[in-house]
Amino acid sequence: MVEVSSELRLDLENIASGLYSPLTGPMTQNDYLTVLAKGRLSDDLPWTVPILLDVSDEAAEGFGEGDTVTLMCEGEPFAKLTVEEKYGWDKEVHSERIYKTTDPAHPGVAKTYDRNDTLVGGPIEVFKEYPGKFPRYRLKPRETRFLFKEKGWRTVAGFQTRNAPHIGHEYVQKTALAFVDGLFINPLIGKKKAGDFTDEVIIESYEALFQNYFLRNSATLVTLEMEMRYAGPKEAIHHAIVRKNYGCSHFIVGRDHAGVGDYYGPFEAQEIFEDYPDLGVMPIFFRNFFHCRKCGGPQNEKICPHGEEDHVNYKGRVMRELLLKGLRPDETQMRPEVVDAILRHSKPFVE
Amino acid sequence: MKKVTDEKVAVMIPRELHDKIKEKIAGTSFTSVEEYVVLKLENEFPDETEYTEEEEQIIRERLRRLGYIE
Repeated sequence: MVEVSSELRLDLENIASGLYSPLTGPMTQNDYLTVLAKGRLSDDLPWTVPILLDVSDEAAEGFGEGDTVTLMCEGEPFAKLTVEEKYGWDKEVHSERIYKTTDPAHPGVAKTYDRNDTLVGGPIEVFKEYPGKFPRYRLKPRETRFLFKEKGWRTVAGFQTRNAPHIGHEYVQKTALAFVDGLFINPLIGKKKAGDFTDEVIIESYEALFQNYFLRNSATLVTLEMEMRYAGPKEAIHHAIVRKNYGCSHFIVGRDHAGVGDYYGPFEAQEIFEDYPDLGVMPIFFRNFFHCRKCGGPQNEKICPHGEEDHVNYKGRVMRELLLKGLRPDETQMRPEVVDAILRHSKPFVE
Repeated sequence: MKKVTDEKVAVMIPRELHDKIKEKIAGTSFTSVEEYVVLKLENEFPDETEYTEEEEQIIRERLRRLGYIE
C-alpha cells in the first residue's frame, strides 16, 4: 500500500473521471520528459502540467514493475495502480521548465522540492470516490457534457476562478456570454496559498451572484477540485484542457492567469496559446478592465474614450484588504450581496 | 468528392489556401496540411458523448436532484 496526499488523490480521481483525458494514470517517464521538453505528451497531444505520483524510497522498494499497488489517502484505500515504471526526476529542471524559476519562494517550486525522489507511472483504477468538499456542486465530465446538451448549449465558455467575484469578473463573464450559449463558472476548490479566499467564501459569494445577477438558464456553477500550482502560462493551458474535457468550447483567459508574484508577464498566459493551435478549445482573451466614472460602469481600453483620471481599476488586493478589516468595497467594485456573503465569514481568507 | 478508401475520402481545397496552411504549420507539431485541416474540422464537429439509456437516466436524475435541470 502507498499513502498519497489529499491533493494527489484529487489528481488521480480527476484522471479516473476523464477530467485529465487522455491520461490514464500518473505519467510514465517518456510522457513526463516530453511534457517538460515540449509541453506535449509523447503522442504529441498538448499537455503542460505533469501529473506525477511520487513515493518514498521505502515504499518504492516494496513493489516492482508489473505489480498492482493499492493507494491510500489518510488511511483509506481508494485506488489501484498497475506499476508500469519507477523512475527518478530532477526537481530543478522540473521547476525551471514548469514554473520558469527555481526560486523556492514560488509555491509550486517549494512544493516540488518537498516531494519524494521516486516517481511511479502506470494506469490507475479508482474504486472509492471522495465525495468532494461541496458534493452539491461536484460533477464529472460526462455529467457536465450531458448538462450542456440538456440545456441546448452548443457553445460554452469556461471560467476558472479562485476568487470571490468582483464587478470586473462579472463583466468578463457576461461579455463572453454575449457570444456563446452558456457560461460555465468553475471555481477551483483545493489547496491554495495564504491570503486567497477560502473555498466556502468562493462558493457562497458565487451563489449570491447567481441568485441576483445571472439568468438561470445561461450560466451554471460547478466546482473543480484540484490544487493550484501557480504555474502561470503552463497552468493556463492545463486549465483549458480540463475545461475542454468538461465539454466547454471556449475558455476565458484573463490577465496573469494562474500567476503568482512577478514570475510571469501579465499576458504570458495568453501568449502561450499561440503554441497550441490544436488544443481543441478556443481561448477568449481579456486584458484590462476598470470602472469608468464618466461611463458609469465597467469598461475596457478598447471601448472607453475617457482618460485615466476617470478610471478606477478593479484591484482584488485592495478589495481583500478592505474585507479583511470588515469594511465594504464600493458598489462599483463588488456587488453588495457578494460582500454580504463574504462578510458572513469571520475568516474569509486562507491563513 | 472522390472516394479513396472505406475510411477516408478526398476533398479538394484551393491550392492557394493549401499553401497558406503549409506555411502556417511549418515548424509546428503538424506533419501535414491534411492533419491540420482534419483537426480544425473535428473541432467544428466534435464527437458527441454517447450515453446508454440507463446512464442517461442516472445522470438526468442526479442533475435534477442537484437543481441543475428541472
